[in-house]
Amino acid sequence: MTIKLGTREVYGNILAELGEENKDIIVLDADLSGSTRTSEFARKFPDRFFNMGVAEQDMMGTAAGLAIGDKIPFASTFAIFATGRAWEQIRQSICLPNLNVKIVASHGGITVGEDGGSHHCIEDIALMRVLPNMTVIVPGDGYETEAVVRTVTDYKGPVYIRTSREKFPVIYSGDCGFEIGKAKIHHIGKDVTIIAYGLMLHKALDAAKNLRKEGIDAGVINSSTIKPLDKETILEAARVSGALVTAEEHSIINGLGSAVAEILAENNPIPMKRVGIRDRFGMSGKSKELLEHYGLTERDIIKAVRDVMSMKKGSCQSRITPITNQKLSIKGRKLQDSSRFTAEIAEKIQK
Amino acid sequence: MSKSIKELERIAVQIRIDILKMLSEADSGHTGGSLSAADILTALYFSKMRHDPNNPNWNERDIFVLSKGHAAPALYAVLGKSGYFSTDNFSRLRKLGSILRGHPVRGITPGVDVSTGSLGQGLSQANGIALASKIDNKKKRIYVMLGDGEVQEGQVWEAAMTAAHYKIDNLCAILDNNGLQIDGHVNDVMSVDPLPEKWKAFGWNVIEIDGHKFEEILSSLDKAEEITGKPTMIIAHTIKGKGVSFMEGKVKYHGVAPTQDELEKALKELR
Repeated sequence: MTIKLGTREVYGNILAELGEENKDIIVLDADLSGSTRTSEFARKFPDRFFNMGVAEQDMMGTAAGLAIGDKIPFASTFAIFATGRAWEQIRQSICLPNLNVKIVASHGGITVGEDGGSHHCIEDIALMRVLPNMTVIVPGDGYETEAVVRTVTDYKGPVYIRTSREKFPVIYSGDCGFEIGKAKIHHIGKDVTIIAYGLMLHKALDAAKNLRKEGIDAGVINSSTIKPLDKETILEAARVSGALVTAEEHSIINGLGSAVAEILAENNPIPMKRVGIRDRFGMSGKSKELLEHYGLTERDIIKAVRDVMSMKKGSCQSRITPITNQKLSIKGRKLQDSSRFTAEIAEKIQK
Repeated sequence: MSKSIKELERIAVQIRIDILKMLSEADSGHTGGSLSAADILTALYFSKMRHDPNNPNWNERDIFVLSKGHAAPALYAVLGKSGYFSTDNFSRLRKLGSILRGHPVRGITPGVDVSTGSLGQGLSQANGIALASKIDNKKKRIYVMLGDGEVQEGQVWEAAMTAAHYKIDNLCAILDNNGLQIDGHVNDVMSVDPLPEKWKAFGWNVIEIDGHKFEEILSSLDKAEEITGKPTMIIAHTIKGKGVSFMEGKVKYHGVAPTQDELEKALKELR
């Protein structure tokens, strides 16, 4: 039987344990300590736990101040409120001065389920990855969560960690280790390699297993650090496999898929496909139903593998239709109209 | 470090001169709000605060947070004059590679502990610093200056609740109540009155002063230190552009640096 473990449960437990040995750890929550699982730390160390109420912006600023005061603050709430509501506080108060704040947000992705689109955070990786100095991590299972939390406690600088509401299968056993910026290579496939993180990792592993039965050698890489991305490993997979698939419980815009595409485009532009949420908001439903509805199943990964392999076999001839002069001239006329308007405004301003 | 009122007044004149000169040289920046804050900053850095410019990271130092980060020239003027860095840097304000950026950045300017510039974020950070100090049983005082336009930011009121809820009495906030913001009079843009009642209702000890009278500034800072169990807000009634007759009370000088002519006129008045 598959053992399932919640990454948020592991986070809550490890944090409470780390609090014993490390008195500098301070925990903040925004009225969701029961859900983020910081409640265990709060129970054990009430003097080092601050419930900030429903005020995520203030929570991030207070965490920044605690870091200035040489503490190691862990700030937790749901992913959408941490990264969405308080994005600019994270940018200005935490990342710009490069402060030692750990943001550990639960309820990432669509497997939040019934609460619906308002609570489904499918943009957190995008929002955090764009910030200079920020490290972005999503552990692939419970064991990796423990290794991640232990590692980031000793690391100095801003870190964002996403945990999930949903429990998912245990992949690793015991001390699987974790190093920031180092992907875990399960296998690099001769035909294709799937790069995934979080909940999608075990689906990628299942997909690879089934593909192997068909004679397709599909590799799997756990890119639990999305930033800084393990460029070396990704380029090695690109070189060996010649085709990559990314799989993530996140928007296809500016998540892991985009990060991998950026590296490929600049270094080795081989075919790739992204499995992710295709520019849509979430909605209510059971997690399993939502994963199917939004195309985040093992089946979707297998389809992406087939698609990318057909691209690999295909010729490299460009299929882009050249823009005709006629089309250009139509566009040109419109441009002239709009530029004339701007010119008028410019003239007015100068007067 | 107790200086006479006369000495402080003399220093404040020099601070205003430095503010105007560096802004004119930079050819951009926020003049009005730097001048309205000048006396309070002078009182803090040259009389009230325990700090050591030769040891900016001294563990027991008092901390100042300029939440209204656009008044950076005033902060740089007092930090430079205190000796945190050479005053030669003043002429490099806002220039590429300078240690004096448009808004304060921690780690870039010696003596700047908190990065500000995006309004509404300083009080939360001051709360965090004050809480860390309390946990460590340190005696340090945390000062934070806010603008009156700035309190239109919702985060300020979240932080106001936090300071009262956690009884952060090692914190003293000062509101530079100059009545003007970039788009006009504060109460035309978005009314913030009644300020004392609002802060009292949020659980703060409130003191009102004339923010240009050193006796009042210093005695309010002393009184704040005696209050236990709640944070103090000093509402300082100030004049935007204070010290330069043609800038006083003028919205225009919120975000504009003095021209060469204006600078000469202003310096003549101040000297």
